[in-house]
Amino acid sequence: MSAQKTKQGKKTKEGKKAKKEKDDGLIRFKINGQPVQAREGWTILETARQNGVKIPTLCFHPAVEAIGSCRLCVVEIQQNGHTRVAASCITPVQGGVDVLTDSEEVQNVRRWVLEMLLAHCPASHQIRELAKEYGVTSTRFKTEHPEDACPRCGLCVRACDEIVGIRAISLGNRGVFKEVTAPYHQRSVDCIRCGTCLYICPTGAMEQLFPQVSAP
Amino acid sequence: MAQESIARKIEEFRLPDAAALAAYQASILEERDPNRTVIIVCHGTGCIANGSPKVAGALRKSIAAAGLQAQVIPEIKTTGCHGFCSRGPLVILQPSGLFYQKVKESDVEEIVNTTLVEGKPVERLLYTDPKTGEPIAHDHDIPFYKYQQRVVLRNIGKIDPTDIRDTIAVGGYQALAKALTTMTPDEVITAVEKAGLRGRGGAGFLSGRKWRFAVENARKNPGPVYVVGNGDEGDPGAFMDRTLMEGDPHAVLEGMTIGAYALGAHQGYIYVRLEYPLAIKHLSIAIEQARNLGLLGENILGTGFNFDLQINRGAGAFVCGEETALIASLEGKVGEPVPRPPYPAEKGLRGRPTIINNVETWGNVPQIIEKGAKWYAGIGVPHSTGTKIFSLVGKVNNVGLVEVPMGITLERIIDEIGGGVPGQDRFKAVQTGGPSGGCIPYELKDTPVDFDSLTKVGAMMGSGGMIVMDQRDCMVDVARYFLHFLEEESCGKCLPCRLGLKAMLEYMDRFAKGQGSPQDIDDLHSLARAIMKGSLCALGGTSPNPVLTTLKYFKDEYLAHAVDHKCPAGVCKDLITYSIDPELCNGCRVCARSCPQGCISGEKKKPHTIDTSACIRCGMCMDECPVGAVMVA
Repeated sequence: MSAQKTKQGKKTKEGKKAKKEKDDGLIRFKINGQPVQAREGWTILETARQNGVKIPTLCFHPAVEAIGSCRLCVVEIQQNGHTRVAASCITPVQGGVDVLTDSEEVQNVRRWVLEMLLAHCPASHQIRELAKEYGVTSTRFKTEHPEDACPRCGLCVRACDEIVGIRAISLGNRGVFKEVTAPYHQRSVDCIRCGTCLYICPTGAMEQLFPQVSAP
Repeated sequence: MAQESIARKIEEFRLPDAAALAAYQASILEERDPNRTVIIVCHGTGCIANGSPKVAGALRKSIAAAGLQAQVIPEIKTTGCHGFCSRGPLVILQPSGLFYQKVKESDVEEIVNTTLVEGKPVERLLYTDPKTGEPIAHDHDIPFYKYQQRVVLRNIGKIDPTDIRDTIAVGGYQALAKALTTMTPDEVITAVEKAGLRGRGGAGFLSGRKWRFAVENARKNPGPVYVVGNGDEGDPGAFMDRTLMEGDPHAVLEGMTIGAYALGAHQGYIYVRLEYPLAIKHLSIAIEQARNLGLLGENILGTGFNFDLQINRGAGAFVCGEETALIASLEGKVGEPVPRPPYPAEKGLRGRPTIINNVETWGNVPQIIEKGAKWYAGIGVPHSTGTKIFSLVGKVNNVGLVEVPMGITLERIIDEIGGGVPGQDRFKAVQTGGPSGGCIPYELKDTPVDFDSLTKVGAMMGSGGMIVMDQRDCMVDVARYFLHFLEEESCGKCLPCRLGLKAMLEYMDRFAKGQGSPQDIDDLHSLARAIMKGSLCALGGTSPNPVLTTLKYFKDEYLAHAVDHKCPAGVCKDLITYSIDPELCNGCRVCARSCPQGCISGEKKKPHTIDTSACIRCGMCMDECPVGAVMVA
């Protein structure tokens, strides 16, 4: 299934190089040509934000585990003549690499994702604003559900699980049918109506969905 | 069923050491008369569906009724799939290798009377070479088998997979004995490295390197290590893994046990999709029999090495063939991939180093240990050593399962082994690597089939699906079909895959309707690139391959749809009309009778016409017409 395995073998070599530069405990690399420093275990997204480099995100929130699903935060990572595109929210920093946050390849992924989101979450004001910020104002794709605002990023699910510890919300179904729902499609009696999901939702979709997942 | 009773018949005794295994093999061979006729009846899933259990039952009955003398009563053996599925059910008489195809229950009496009693072949059941028109009596002379090199499949069709004594008789578990008693774990890994074995599941990563990586990780971070056999085969038209698990389950068990010894693992899992009930059954029987003999479980062959296996049934999600999704599924979570690194060899099942190999990869391991890395590396080409099993399907005469050395050309597989395309002198394209693979045109027929060459032309080895297409296959439709499959199988975790496949399908649907523009083709290119680069796992990352390769090699067909509003292959329903050539039509009424819409009219023995306003373009008339008078344009 995977075509990306080839990096495994090079790991040790890179590790050595990183170690040499890590004497002061810092990992040094470049973001858009600008030298930056990071601590072991940081992600590229964290380092970029620390240094004032803007990277858009939808499914990321510092309070919950990052899963790299919206792919808006992709960056291009160049190293020894090789280049790969990776989600910055889940990619740990690596010494000696060049990270590009606005290359042609990155823009291409970001624009297409935003354009597709415009068609699938047309009711979200936040997504429209975000798309506009990156120059996407219209979509060529069909809108099937004009009232939909949810990108199925699962932030609400992770927040309810990791922060609240209740797991009143889950992602149901698969693929194009994926949806935010209560477990077994039964409005959850476990919900304590704390509002964390409403707060963390990046698109405002939870306001519509909340009555469907929480039992009165 | 009979198979269960065989499973129970096996004596329950443990083999105390490797010498006992050799002695057991010798005693089984001694019991068997090599000259005794063995009638082999294929019991692969395809042949079972075609009635082979009835054939076997009728054979037993007829032989009993024929009153043959005791010493010439043949043994009837039900085996796994022989690979030549388009000719099934197959009946083969050993040791001569007399090969009967498409055998029905009603043919059995003639086989018994003519062949067993009189010693003559039944001519009408022999295979006829479509090129020469000559009948071929023996399996080893049939081109389909002659040009294959069977390493992993070597025992399939010879052994009864539900009887471990058959496996042991042909040398099963000898490699395990060799590894456990004469080699260190490190030597086993070195052998796999030197053999150059690459993963048969798709990516083609070097197995030995992966194993070594896991061992190093386990050393740094002591604790359990796991091995997993990936039998979650889900590509349309592919059945390599199923055949191996059904036909020679012990090869997988033995390979995994050797791997476990090399890696220091004591627990393994075989992940099989639930849609493979026979594979699950045969694996379960094999595990039980191996445990009884002390070839699995505690203190294997008296060496003190412990290893046991458990079968996990997947619910049939294509994405669970991806290793991180497979681990999630094994752990009882939703089968969704997680980003790599960390790779499973570092942090896999329950956070521990885990080696996941395709069951075919595991099936190669015993041979490498038994015959040596040098022997194995000598098969195939540098960087792609050994053999690969392909399921050869589509518009090809000999549909079935073939095992060939790496580096053989596409043309040789399709023409020599596959017997060419029915009714046409050449194929149009061949899709390798399943739905995420690519479509290779006839012009590249000399492409060697190995990992790197296939990747170079934009396709991939994948797990070994090979779908042959002819002039009546529309490339836009083919790409659309695979996209649709992937759209259904996408787990939906990341946006480029979940939304992107749907978006690509929107473009493809437009082309199929004769809409769209050349600009759409450029946009589709750009979108495909975004999905390739932006997706989380390899399912999304490779999903645009069918579109990209068909765009690359058959762009004119896309343009014909978009600009000329025509489907040159006559497939896309919105762009074609059926008509009847009045010159050729003899008014036989076959088409009118077959038409589900009842929209073909005409008098007997006079040319018929199709009412195109009611026609649903199903093509039944065209398939049925005995004189080829139905045309599509």
